[in-house]
Amino acid sequence: MTELTNQPTPEENNPGLPWGRIALWGGLFLLLALMAIGLKRTQEGHVQVGQVAPQFTLTSFDGQEYDTADMDGKVIVVNFWSSWCKPCESEAPDLEAAWRYYQDRDDIVFLGVDYVDTETEARGYLTKFDITYPNGPDKGTSISQAYRISGVPETYIIGKDGVLAAAQIGPFRSYDQILSIINPLLEQ
Amino acid sequence: MIIKFRPSAYKITSIFLLIFFLASLITGVAAAQGDDPAGPSADEVNAIARQLFCPVCENTPLDVCATQACAQWRALIREKLAAGWSEEEIKQYFVDQYGARALSEPPREGFNWLVYIVPPILFVAGAYILYRGLRSWNQVDEQLEISSASEPVDDDYMAQLEDQLNSSRK
Repeated sequence: MTELTNQPTPEENNPGLPWGRIALWGGLFLLLALMAIGLKRTQEGHVQVGQVAPQFTLTSFDGQEYDTADMDGKVIVVNFWSSWCKPCESEAPDLEAAWRYYQDRDDIVFLGVDYVDTETEARGYLTKFDITYPNGPDKGTSISQAYRISGVPETYIIGKDGVLAAAQIGPFRSYDQILSIINPLLEQ
Repeated sequence: MIIKFRPSAYKITSIFLLIFFLASLITGVAAAQGDDPAGPSADEVNAIARQLFCPVCENTPLDVCATQACAQWRALIREKLAAGWSEEEIKQYFVDQYGARALSEPPREGFNWLVYIVPPILFVAGAYILYRGLRSWNQVDEQLEISSASEPVDDDYMAQLEDQLNSSRK
């Protein structure tokens, strides 16, 4: 006759690896790691001066493509703006004036990146301020995400070596301020 | 039984009915004028707008957002609806133009799945841990009860204490 006892079987004595606990702790660790990456990215701020500027392709409202990868040896002025942005309006005439001052040179490019805007209003804004340098929508907000902008207007000035030389967070105060940043870069 | 209307009362009732009928017609016309018959209604626009988020403010649905950017987006929705676009086409247009973060509900793809999967998993895991904790707690209580009831007192100190208590009672 078999006697039933509460003695543990050999399998119970040696149950092997606790897979449930490993999965639980592994999942928790993964979740915390993802949260840490997200927080780090949020607190990183915009691309810093001295860092290699992210390259991008902008399709202008006229359908022309501008690839910054093809602009080696040129100073690139990247201005993020929007038609609903009031501070953008204050710097728009100065930016356009600066562009007209430099436009005959072949070592500088101005690019306007229209951030989360509607095309009708954006075109109206360009007409209102008579902006003639290339402007296009930030499709899928990929360019603004690459530069990690926190709002508009923001302007990033890339040196001839492709490294970010200056960043203007908020509107430029004057036409002279824009020239004072760009002139030394053109002389390099 | 025949109901006879007095001529004056019948006339007054008829005039009231006529006035009521005309008033209801006028009100109907006024209500129709509120919405542009040629374009989509505000409700139709807001039905899509509430599935999108304001592009410049934190966690504000587009239908209740007061910024100029939101007003422009709502106007864009109206424009697309008037052009015969479907709800899905409009939402896809916004995703193409402004990225998936324009949507109030992230699309079920890639890393976005974490948003849908992690909370239920954490809930189930939490419930399981709670269940295990409560069960082991009950088992410890039961074991303590069994051991205290079944084990004979063989402690000398306890025996002495019992003796002293018994003698003090006498």
